[in-house]
Amino acid sequence: MDNLHQLTITEAHQLLKQKKISSVELTKASLARLAKVEEKVHACVTISQDMALKQAAEADKIISNSEIEPLTGIPVIIKDNMCTRGVKTTCASRMLEDFIPPYDATVIQKLKAQNMVMLGKANMDEFAMGSSTENSALFPTHNPWNLDCVPGGSSGGSAVAVAADEAIYALGSDTGGSIRQPAGFCSVVGMKPTYGRVSRFGLVAFASSLDQIGPITKTVTDCTLVLNAISGHDPRDSTSAPYPVPEYTKALIPDLKNLRLGIPREYFVEGMQKEIRTSVETAIRKLEELGAEVDWEVSLPNTKYALAAYYILAPSEASANLARYDGVKYGFSYQDTNNMWEAMEKTRQFGFGAEVKRRIMLGTYALSAGYYDAYYLKAQKVRTLIKQEFDQSFEKYDALITPTSPTVPFKLGEKVDDPVQMYLSDVCTLPINIAGVPAMTVPAGFADGLPIGMQIIGRHFNEETILRIAFAYEQATEWHKRKPAL
Amino acid sequence: MEYETIIGLEVHAQLLTRSKMFCSCSADYANAPPNTHVCPICLGMPGVLPAINQKAIEYTVMTALALNCTIAEHAKFDRKNYPYPDLMKGYQISQYDAPMGQHGWLSLDIDGIRKKACITRVHLEEDVAKLTHRTSSEGENYSLVDVNRSGVPLMEIVGEPDISSPEEARQYLMKLRAILQYLGVSTGNMEEGSFRCDANISIRPVGSTEYLTKVEIKNMNSFKAVYRALDYEAQRQREVMGKGGKLVQETRGWVDDKEITVSQRSKEYAHDYRYFPEPDLPPLVFDKAWVNKIRARLPDLPEARRDRFISQYGLPLYDANLLVDSKWMANYFEECAKIITGSKEADQKKAKIASNWILGDFSRMLNATGSRIEDTKVSPTQLVEFVGLIDNGTLSGPAAKAVFEDMFQSGKTASEIVCDKGLSQISDSTEIDNIVTQIIANNSRAVSDFKAGKEQALAFLIGQAMKASKGRANPGMVREILLQKLGGK
Repeated sequence: MDNLHQLTITEAHQLLKQKKISSVELTKASLARLAKVEEKVHACVTISQDMALKQAAEADKIISNSEIEPLTGIPVIIKDNMCTRGVKTTCASRMLEDFIPPYDATVIQKLKAQNMVMLGKANMDEFAMGSSTENSALFPTHNPWNLDCVPGGSSGGSAVAVAADEAIYALGSDTGGSIRQPAGFCSVVGMKPTYGRVSRFGLVAFASSLDQIGPITKTVTDCTLVLNAISGHDPRDSTSAPYPVPEYTKALIPDLKNLRLGIPREYFVEGMQKEIRTSVETAIRKLEELGAEVDWEVSLPNTKYALAAYYILAPSEASANLARYDGVKYGFSYQDTNNMWEAMEKTRQFGFGAEVKRRIMLGTYALSAGYYDAYYLKAQKVRTLIKQEFDQSFEKYDALITPTSPTVPFKLGEKVDDPVQMYLSDVCTLPINIAGVPAMTVPAGFADGLPIGMQIIGRHFNEETILRIAFAYEQATEWHKRKPAL
Repeated sequence: MEYETIIGLEVHAQLLTRSKMFCSCSADYANAPPNTHVCPICLGMPGVLPAINQKAIEYTVMTALALNCTIAEHAKFDRKNYPYPDLMKGYQISQYDAPMGQHGWLSLDIDGIRKKACITRVHLEEDVAKLTHRTSSEGENYSLVDVNRSGVPLMEIVGEPDISSPEEARQYLMKLRAILQYLGVSTGNMEEGSFRCDANISIRPVGSTEYLTKVEIKNMNSFKAVYRALDYEAQRQREVMGKGGKLVQETRGWVDDKEITVSQRSKEYAHDYRYFPEPDLPPLVFDKAWVNKIRARLPDLPEARRDRFISQYGLPLYDANLLVDSKWMANYFEECAKIITGSKEADQKKAKIASNWILGDFSRMLNATGSRIEDTKVSPTQLVEFVGLIDNGTLSGPAAKAVFEDMFQSGKTASEIVCDKGLSQISDSTEIDNIVTQIIANNSRAVSDFKAGKEQALAFLIGQAMKASKGRANPGMVREILLQKLGGK
């Protein structure tokens, strides 16, 4: 069978189940695709070919002997900030360039329980800080739709791996848009689940109160299958929610009757690319056609404070989360000194990249005595207001619809020297992390051959509704079927 | 000028939980080789998260209740940020502005007067790794990190500056330690570092309400060290002021072998810990019913026990206070007291004899052998039997001492030893008569001294008779028969 690498999870699962293909064949096809396109896109920092083939053989044994799980034997690429036992987990940082975790993240354990096949680890912005994957200390990743453009970030490698058919699906992490923005930039499906839905244990922390792991897939149905696999309470993550996990595939109904959707005008920001507005408005009209009731005049006025609050809260948490990298226990260690303090300082000076250091400094400053009230505490209050605003709007609407980002993918190098422009790239996604609610992006059009994403935002722990909307839209449109020419 | 001393104590006590504060590693690392009680969590590896040990929360609430604190309805953990190689994550999970217990007190007995020493707060945090600083044979300095201790639950008890002398400080610590031991939440072992104390000390002119510069004292590794260090420091500060000098706000370390405090300022950073709420842990909510359940389960605490020892067993305050300072000693005494039977008066007499032995020779021998009363070979039943032999006159002074030493070493019962060694008291008047006759015959000088009115000569003769009987003669009878024979009163 040709082009196995192009399969979705759903298709591959059927073929595996019917024993029309084996996991080894599927894995080899993916690895071959990877070998072919990786030099153009640079999505992976580690390719674990031998392990993948072993896991595939193992999966084939399971398939021949028993009932198989939806993800059994299906090749995946994991963002390189999730700990994988025995496989390097670099966070795309010099600091962890050779770090091999002695343990698996909970999501990895869950995927292993379904006999996943891990092809490798995906490139990202260093420690997940960035919106273009250009902050990777290793190399930048290129957008398969236009190799001169960025894939978005920080989960750029994961989104590209799926868009370029290197993997059948991927896991990303999202702190302020890091799944949704690159998924939107690469015309794939990406979801940030509700904060607490998926265990963060083993996810190298950037901003603990905002980080969340989620799927990046080719279709909405695939997204539900991955979400089913990775969700659930984890006693090792005290912030994971003790709620039962619904069977998400049951949410996939192709009509939107009785759903009320709100369109918050603040997300159609000034300076937004014209084609984005038109495409997303067209998409919303499609949702209306599918039976949803749309209110075009919703206002979430506190949205304008989200970016400022985010850039206090996230760096503050990061400044503490990244304090452990001192060269004493693991990772990069500056040795050429006889002085302990100098060794620790130099380790951090040379081990971290510019953006990481910028955020550590921002956060350290915001938490300092005399500034705490004006910055951190104020930002927490803004956070409460933004949460309340979302809660109130969800009393009226089942979901909110916005663009995923204000522009289509920009050129590599275009924004690297202008952090504020780069930060603005997440202006539509980061309020959602601040509120902790779930949101996903689906392909919703193109402008000059570059993808446009539509963001669907839902209530706390109500991923079903946004999956239903995404599914209905996907069934009614063809965007997700387009493939980049590589 | 007259000065008064003001002391505030901060105690850190490791909790006796089976596992560490935020991971499942064993917290009992005392005899473990370095870095064997570790996992990715307490090593602070990338991606790990803390999960709260509920037992540690319970122990801290128990302690706060025993110290008469108000238990917060809402508490939370915070991150205390500072870089140091003993701190695996670069921050310590601690509690900043919402501790579990606040506004408590501990009662002290100062020369028979009760004094309340106020407790500011009780909170929970994690211990750090242990650094050992070494110098290689080439003269190069290096440090070793043992992570076994990292993440062990550590309870901090902060006292108000209510303490006015080193002796009060010593008593405060003894009482606090006894409470922790009674609750079973900490070993309270200062030498092993499971119970640590830092002190803030300042002086001020008597009658003044303002504090002078306060000095923090660290490195005090025993109760004696706390007493000596504070005593030294109170003197030092008076001397500085007396010479018209100026006190500096600083941290000073106690140097045990030199018996002095030395400045440790070593360009100490103006510490800004940048506390902020720990985002990895949800806030703690203390439900009233749960707190009441914990309160109801609190065991008898030292003070209540002391009062009971006085009322129930008739012990003097002095004995009761000493006994209850150690949970195990008090337990031991109480077991003895429960075994003793008889009339109330006879019981109380025996209980007092038991207390005398426990606080006297027994304690001395435990100290001398470095052993603990909870491990002794002398069971409470055996001690009570021994007390019975003293009470009924079978054993007296020196013989009793010899018998107890044997019991302590061999674990035999008193009657076995008495039987083996023929050590029982001689209360047979004929036998004593014989001994006394012999003594009178051999000590004519003392006899004539006595007859000439020298009272001391009688004591000498009694002593000779006791010696001749190898201490077994009933001393009262010896005296009586001697007086009869010498025609005295």
